[in-house]
Amino acid sequence: MAFYVVQFLTGLASAASLFLVASGLSIIFGVTRIVNFAHGAFYMIGAYIAFTLTERFSGAFGFWGGVVVAALAVALIGVLVEMVLLRRIYHAPELFQLLGTFGLTLMVEDLVVLIWGPDDLVGRRAPGFKGAVDFFGQNIPSYDLFLIVLGPVVLGILWLLFQRTRWGVLVRAATQDRDMVAALGVNQKWLFTSVFAVGVFLAALGGALQIPRDAVHHAMDLRIIVEVFVVVVIGGLGSIVGAFVAAVLVSELNAFGILIFPKISIILVFLVMAVVLIVRPWGLFGKPEAAARKTPGLTVNPWRPLTSNERLAALAALVVAAMLPLFAGNYALTVGSEIAIFVIFAVSLHFLMSVGGLASFGHAAYFGLGAYGVAFLAKMAGLPMIVCLLLGPLLGCMGAAVFGFFAVQLSGVYFAMLTLAFAQIVWSIAFQWVGVTGGDNGILGIWPEKWAASPSHFYWLALGVAALVTIALRIAVFSPFGYALRATRDSVLRSEAVGINAKRIQWTAFVIAGTTAGIGGALFAYLKGSVFPDNLGISLSVDALVMVLLGGVETVSGAVIGAIVYKALNIWLVSQTDLSKLVLGGFIVLIVVVFPKGIVGMLEILAQRRRKSSPPGSSLLAKPIESAE
Amino acid sequence: MKLTVEGLNSHYGPAHILFDIGFDVGEGEVVALLGRNGAGKSTTFRSIVGLVAQRSGRIMFEGKDVSAKPTHEIVRDGLGYVPEERRIFTDLTVEENLEVGRQPKRPNAPHWTREKLFALFPNLGEMKNRPGGRMSGGEQQMLTIARTLMGNPSLVLLDEPSEGLSPKIVEQMVDAILTMKKEGVSIVVSEQNLHFARLISDRAYIIERGRICFGGTMAELDARPDIRDAHLSL
Repeated sequence: MAFYVVQFLTGLASAASLFLVASGLSIIFGVTRIVNFAHGAFYMIGAYIAFTLTERFSGAFGFWGGVVVAALAVALIGVLVEMVLLRRIYHAPELFQLLGTFGLTLMVEDLVVLIWGPDDLVGRRAPGFKGAVDFFGQNIPSYDLFLIVLGPVVLGILWLLFQRTRWGVLVRAATQDRDMVAALGVNQKWLFTSVFAVGVFLAALGGALQIPRDAVHHAMDLRIIVEVFVVVVIGGLGSIVGAFVAAVLVSELNAFGILIFPKISIILVFLVMAVVLIVRPWGLFGKPEAAARKTPGLTVNPWRPLTSNERLAALAALVVAAMLPLFAGNYALTVGSEIAIFVIFAVSLHFLMSVGGLASFGHAAYFGLGAYGVAFLAKMAGLPMIVCLLLGPLLGCMGAAVFGFFAVQLSGVYFAMLTLAFAQIVWSIAFQWVGVTGGDNGILGIWPEKWAASPSHFYWLALGVAALVTIALRIAVFSPFGYALRATRDSVLRSEAVGINAKRIQWTAFVIAGTTAGIGGALFAYLKGSVFPDNLGISLSVDALVMVLLGGVETVSGAVIGAIVYKALNIWLVSQTDLSKLVLGGFIVLIVVVFPKGIVGMLEILAQRRRKSSPPGSSLLAKPIESAE
Repeated sequence: MKLTVEGLNSHYGPAHILFDIGFDVGEGEVVALLGRNGAGKSTTFRSIVGLVAQRSGRIMFEGKDVSAKPTHEIVRDGLGYVPEERRIFTDLTVEENLEVGRQPKRPNAPHWTREKLFALFPNLGEMKNRPGGRMSGGEQQMLTIARTLMGNPSLVLLDEPSEGLSPKIVEQMVDAILTMKKEGVSIVVSEQNLHFARLISDRAYIIERGRICFGGTMAELDARPDIRDAHLSL
């Protein structure tokens, strides 16, 4: 019995940091409507700076002072970020905000390694809380007891701040109606900045307070942000009480999950989240949101099928690509195969996010599942390559069917957070379930059969599949199903009013996109000869998002161009610099702020300008229509 | 002149809404902006306080051009705005709603306190701690005016204050507006209801399809039944 009580208390102690970070995220979202992906990065910087300060200054004052100063310093960094970056993207669609702050996260990951080195840093114990308390023969660290008390205290302070101060009243008012607050003479800019500062302070404090419990390392940002997303999805985005209750719930589930499913403890959290989403899609303490801004929607250009000339041009480009083996060497062909595979991956995400308006932040899960599917079939069942290629993607299909069912219950940022959390869960299973997946060592030795073994043959295979997939999805865009899907994207209510079952259409799109990604993953497994948990990781999911964005979210086939340019750039960059995340992150931020329409989108605008200047008749069609809001 | 609007043009996306709107308001005057639904009354007000992004023209308030300023600065200069949709903060109590509107005292404008406002709108004083979301339409209308007055404005843009209210509440509204006028607040009130406008206004402008098509005293308007019948539904 005492053991379970101790386990419970450990869970409560873990909840404290989680609550601090999650409440900060919630507060920021409430007012600015931005889901701050960089929140985990601020948590991590808080831990690193607190580590440095507490090492430098000794004694109780050095420790506690260091923790608070670290949080304040990070809040200051947050203010700079808000003023320089976020102020430019407050009116952008939410996808751009998520991506922009994700780019920032990538940059921070490389920066902390540059400053503090790649090794884990073990911090000091907290003065006054070094020992443990005996509880019926079980030890409870006294620092844990401190954290258990701290959680409710912070909750109380936040409650007072929001209920009893003018600033709190203004923040609550702005959460409901930002423009009206401005129309009453309040400077929104500084209100936003101060809210962001408070939110970042909480995240950094959460990180700083972790140093006596956990080593500081440069991947702690992603781990916490996924947990925080789960917490706010369960608790309800924008609710501080919800963040507290859900943080406790998730921490306890983690603490006891280990006892029930030692290998895959995260399953328990997933099951609870699934139940909450079915019963209350907006979280335990959240409120149903009004329809969110649409993901694509800077402008809406009418989509049309290719003209016959354009078809010829596309065919010519394909023929030229198919001639690559005539003059390129093996390395170039392998790169070519990889690019073709990523074209498949990118168009599958594009189908979901541009056609369906559902921006998934965890699309790599289905890519990776396809790869694992092939690995299981080839290594365990010993099936021939053709059969593996045909059946492997079905694992991606099944994953998409299960997760997609829950994900399409939500939309907008909730959808993005949920898909990310699902992907991370799949990753954890691949990583933890060593007996089946090989864990971190992956599954090796998946080589293509003779007919596809040579680089040129494999290249033709990948290119051919990529072309077929792209054509098939294009046909789907202009099919009745595509019309229905686009209708649900543009207005769920209106599409339901004309008899479209929106959820089912979106679920189908999710499954199609997941299966297609799985096809890419299946080829990828054969290209690399192995599968690893990274094939399902967040960074791969974000690669896909950047490809779509780079090509142009609002275009029909920009993703193809985006995938080619981005992947080539990426491969080149990794060979040139160790700081690829820093460069890549900066690149993402740049696209979001300066080129939100992507390459193909820019080309379309240029083409339209030219068209507009010659025949003056069709100016109405060529003019971008502002998203109706 | 307290407020002078000249050559105001506004667009929503590709749609041109206001065409060269021009009018003025004298110190302590109550001016009605009359017009049918969709004539451009609300857009005129929203443009003046900077809530419409695409706008051009000159907006002189107390002798200074405010057209380049952001919304909150225009409001802080003493130009209050009461939106048609009321836009009460439904999660906040009456007192908290008033707190959001509170601004420092202004030398050239009457100073409003909670107590003074509760005297002006006795209903509000009886429900200080009620959330805005659990109030009737009339109570919300009173609260939205009181909230703007907490900013001590010297001029208020009142967008359709009588809309959807019961006759008894409309009477209270007339009294409140006349009290505001007596205290020295200049007022521009947009209305579809000519009878209501006549009770409170010194002068009137008629707006139709985004253009001002009449301007004059109430007596001058009464002398031109043709204009009245062409542009206003009675």
